[in-house]
This record gives sequence, structure tokens and C-alpha cells, in this order.
Amino acid sequence: MLFKILSKEEFRNFIDFLLKDTEVIAPKQINVNADGKAIYQFLPVQNFEEIRLDYETTDYSAKTYFLPYKEDLSSCSFLGTIWDREIKYRIQPRAIVGLHACDINALLKLDKVLAGDRFPSPYYISRRKNTFIVGIDHDPCEGGFCQSVGADVVTHGFDLYLTDLGDRYFAAINSNRGFNALQQVKTREPTARDNNDYLEVRRRIASQFKPLEVHNLPNLMDIEFESKVWKKWADKCMSCGSCAMVCPTCYCYGVEERITMNNAKSAKIKQLYSCQFLDFATVAGGLNFRPDRETRLKYRYYHQHRGFVEAYEEPLCVGCYRCGRVCLADINPPDIIQDLQTEYQE
Amino acid sequence: MKYLGIKPKRPKIAVFDFTGCEGCELQLVNKEETVIDFLGSVDVINFREISSTISNDFEVAFIEGAITRDDEINRLNEIREQAKVLIALGSCACFGGVNRLKNAYDFKKANQEVYGKQHKETLPARAVKEIIAVDLQIPGCPVDKPEVERIVQHLVWDVPYQFPAYPVCFECKQQYTTCVFELGQLCLGPVTQGGCRAPCPVGGSGCWGCRGPAADPHLKEFLQIADEREFSRKEINERLSFYSGFEGML
Ligand code: SF4
Ligand code: SF4
Ligand code: SF4
Ligand code: SF4
Ligand code: SF4
Repeated sequence: MLFKILSKEEFRNFIDFLLKDTEVIAPKQINVNADGKAIYQFLPVQNFEEIRLDYETTDYSAKTYFLPYKEDLSSCSFLGTIWDREIKYRIQPRAIVGLHACDINALLKLDKVLAGDRFPSPYYISRRKNTFIVGIDHDPCEGGFCQSVGADVVTHGFDLYLTDLGDRYFAAINSNRGFNALQQVKTREPTARDNNDYLEVRRRIASQFKPLEVHNLPNLMDIEFESKVWKKWADKCMSCGSCAMVCPTCYCYGVEERITMNNAKSAKIKQLYSCQFLDFATVAGGLNFRPDRETRLKYRYYHQHRGFVEAYEEPLCVGCYRCGRVCLADINPPDIIQDLQTEYQE
Repeated sequence: MKYLGIKPKRPKIAVFDFTGCEGCELQLVNKEETVIDFLGSVDVINFREISSTISNDFEVAFIEGAITRDDEINRLNEIREQAKVLIALGSCACFGGVNRLKNAYDFKKANQEVYGKQHKETLPARAVKEIIAVDLQIPGCPVDKPEVERIVQHLVWDVPYQFPAYPVCFECKQQYTTCVFELGQLCLGPVTQGGCRAPCPVGGSGCWGCRGPAADPHLKEFLQIADEREFSRKEINERLSFYSGFEGML
């Protein structure tokens, strides 16, 4: 990895440079909750002042800039017996500034599924390739357990990654375009002191996490397949799907055919879905092989913490805790994993 | 024209109003961009919002409104006999709707207050399905026009329509809404049938459940989370009874 130092002033110039010809997405404060806590969201910004790099977390992840909730996969126009098909997956270049390590790790996991050799999605790949990513280090967010699932540090999948050293940023460069973009502003090589300060900040951040016991989790889950823990939590689940909507790694979707009222146009519309919905596993003929909440909730956790490990040797979950925060019934991975561990020890 | 090898039908439709505000009927002629194609894809036999001709040669009957009078029951039976497909249109027809609130009052007193000396015969408000068989229920106060369009398209192409299995939260979340619970307000989204595109929580006022219960609603847990957030049982019950979609479940 290549490292550079840039002053806060220069970083501001850097954002101005990006804003000149690129859409810039960054954390913005959009509201305060009933307890007075700020609510942030990744949104397009027009100037540096709008960006809140000190945000703790966002309710919604940035995944939908790559995997929109809803998109037209293709559309057809019918003109008598002739028809014309249109497929659009080119997008304008875009920059996302201020992604935390978990969210960049989430993109790396999505890359494995959607940009791998087996089922590459041109829709996803075009957005991913056309998005310039500037990550940033931060103190742990409330509830976050990214460290326990190995997602608190990130070594690739971004263009630049910043660590705040007080009056300056320590910038890791991970792409040619990241390197070239930084040429637009004044930077310098890190000194021994910069390196020291950087490592110190990283150590301080790492020491603040509350560890979650995840040792041997896939096998533990297999052994605890019939555990009462699943029913205990599933009894609370309202099958609202919000956990999957805010999760930076959930990628399940459905495809629907829509025709216009005058029958002149049709479109295949892809929409992200959730494995917690009643009809998620309904197949032709109306058979539903996951009709109960218990099976559905269990399989959400199996996909995140076991199935994905079998396929890619790492969990899908990046520990961002958005699902726990959004769940009105307070269903969350740390509590469920903890329960499984306790049950096993008993 | 054929699509996927299927030839479209031109169903003969009729719209009948019972006890309701006609808001759902108005929705049928709403949405300027598509209304001509919408009405053009069917044969409108009987629909007083657009024409005064009346005939009984219809196949699909849309029923708007709750049933609150004896003569309405007779009329409804006649429509049922003629209709191949009978659709309850809107929350009044599906559940009784806001009209049902009157069932909790003394009818004599209520009559006097509303009509004074001109007393009107009235029965407890009921949903259409409590009187005759209903083939399809389109809930909503008012109904969502795009959903009605899709349902009519399914009739035209003769394919069964599937109502969404997800609750309101799904479409709310897909619009990046700040959950109104987070802002200290009540919302029936988690237990209410989705498909309306969540205009109420998106607009910041929480869902009032006009579309009735979602598929397999988890009311027990919903009451639990509302209790935990210190909403009074009175407020919760008022909300759940407002459109009467949860009638019999509380
Ligand atoms: S776990 Fe929570 S957020 Fe997820 S579907 Fe169940 S109730 Fe909704
Ligand atoms: S499962 Fe929950 S904690 Fe894990 S990545 Fe998804 S939202 Fe974050
Ligand atoms: S199966 Fe469930 S947990 Fe896994 S990606 Fe799909 S929605 Fe997310
Ligand atoms: S505002 Fe209502 S509909 Fe939206 S997520 Fe919250 S509970 Fe669900
Ligand atoms: S959000 Fe709730 S009250 Fe509003 S239209 Fe939808 S179902 Fe009706």
C-alpha cells in the first residue's frame, strides 16, 4: 500500500476537485431521533460543509448506490409485430466519501457474489467500477461488532482510505485513479512520526471494541440447528424485512414483469427482497418451504454466518449492527450468537 | 395483439357505490397519464363517475362502500348473481371502513344527532364479504390507483393476481424513511398489508392500517413493542380500529 499525508485544508480542496465533475455522495445529517441523537444518511452533497465525516453510523447502508432497491433490468417497446429491447447499465461516474471499514468490506463481499466468475452482474459491476471510494477510520459505533467478524480493517476495495490524525489525514492509496486524483492537491510522504501516530490511532480504535465470541460459529450453528434459541427470537419477529433492507450485504431480490396500461411497453423490474417475508420460499404451485418465522429467521443467520462461510470462507455479516438498530423487536446478531454460545456451554 | 402467447380480454365492468365517500371510485378516474388507456382496456357498462348509461350486462363488478341498509343487501345480491368476478373496492367494502366506527354507538342517539327528526333506517356497518361471496378485495382508503391498474391488467390478461406478502415497512424502508417509531410516533406498518407504497410513514405520520392486516400479522409482538414504547392501550386500539381492518383480531 502507498501512503500519503494531506492536511485538512488540502482534503477540502480535494473534495472541491471531486465535486467539479463528479456526483459526490457522503454522510449528511437528516434528522434527530426522539432521544436527540443525530440520524445520518449517505446522500448527494453540493459542497464540503454538508459532509459530516464525524458521523457515527447511518440507518441505511450505502449498498443501494450499487444495488438499488428497484431497477429496470430491461424494457421492451412493442410496435405492432416489431419490438425493441433496451438494456441500460451504464452510469455516470460517482464518488462516495466517508465509508467506514465495515461498509467497504460489505462491498468486497458483494463483489464475490455479483462480480465473481459465476454469476457476474453487469448492473452491479458498472456501478462498482464507476464509483470512486474514499473510506475513513472512526471510533466504534454503538453495538457494532465488525472486529469480531474481521471487518474493522480493510485492505482493498477502495481508492483512498483516510485516518484522522488530528490536524492531518493519513491516506492509504489503493488504486491508480486514487493516486492520480491525489495529485490534484498537495500531499507529502509520511514521516516516522506520521506512521507512529497512525498506528497509535489504529490501536486506540481496535482496543475499544467489545469482543463477541464467534469462535467456530459455523460448526456451532450446525450443532445447534434444533436449538430453542431460534424459536425464542423468532417468536418476536414480525417478518417486516427491515433488517435485510438496511443490511449492507443482503442481496436477495425478486423480478417482476410490468406492462404499461396501453400494452405498448414492458419492463423486467428487479426489487430487493427479504428472506423474512412470508412468501420468500414460496415456489410454483404455492408450496412454501419456509412458512414459519422460526425457519426464516434461522436461515437468515445461517446464510450470514454459516452458508456464506462455506462458499467464501468468511461470514457475509460485517457486524455493522444496522439490523439490530432497525429491528423494533430488538432482534440482533450479538444477542443471538451469544445465546447460541451459552446454550452450547450448558 | 398477443403477449407471451396470450390474447387480452376486454372485461365488461361495472362500478356500484354503497355506503362510502366515493373516493375510491374517483381513484378509478384518477392518474391522468394512463386513465384513457385504463378505461380503454375494459368495456365500462355501468359507472356513474364517467357515464349515465345503466345496463346489467357486466362481468366484473367493483363494489365501493360498506353495507349499512336493508335495500343495499338486496341490491348486492342482484349484483352478485350477475357478476362473474366481484371485487370489493376500498377499505369500506373490504372491512366496513371508518363507517364501522358507528357500530360502537347507540343508533337511536346517533340518528338523532346526524339526521334530527328525519330518522333514517340503519344497520350495523358491515363488509361486503359478510353478506355475499367476494372474489377479490382491494383494500385502501382510498385504493392505490397503480395497484388497481395492475389488478385490472391481470383481469385483461386473465392471470391471477398476487397481493404482496410483505407489510408496509418494506416499501417504507425502500424509500429511506426515518422510522416514525424512532421519532417517538406510533405506526401500524409492521402489521399492515403492504402495496400502498407507504405514503403515510413516508410523509411522517405513521401508518393507520387502512389496508388491513398483512399476511400472518404478528399482533402480539406489535402490541409488545408499542407497550415498550409507552403508547397507551387506548391509543393503540383506536389506531387499530380506525379503518376496522383488524376487526375480530384484537
Ligand atoms: S428480525 Fe426484526 S427487522 Fe428483521 S424481519 Fe424480524 S422484526 Fe423485522
Ligand atoms: S447482518 Fe446485521 S450486523 Fe451483519 S452486516 Fe447485515 S445489518 Fe450489519
Ligand atoms: S438470504 Fe436473507 S440474509 Fe441472506 S442475503 Fe438474502 S435477505 Fe440477506
Ligand atoms: S415508519 Fe412504520 S412502516 Fe416505516 S419502517 Fe417504521 S414501523 Fe415500518
Ligand atoms: S401507509 Fe398505512 S394508512 Fe397509509 S395508505 Fe398505506 S396502509 Fe393505508
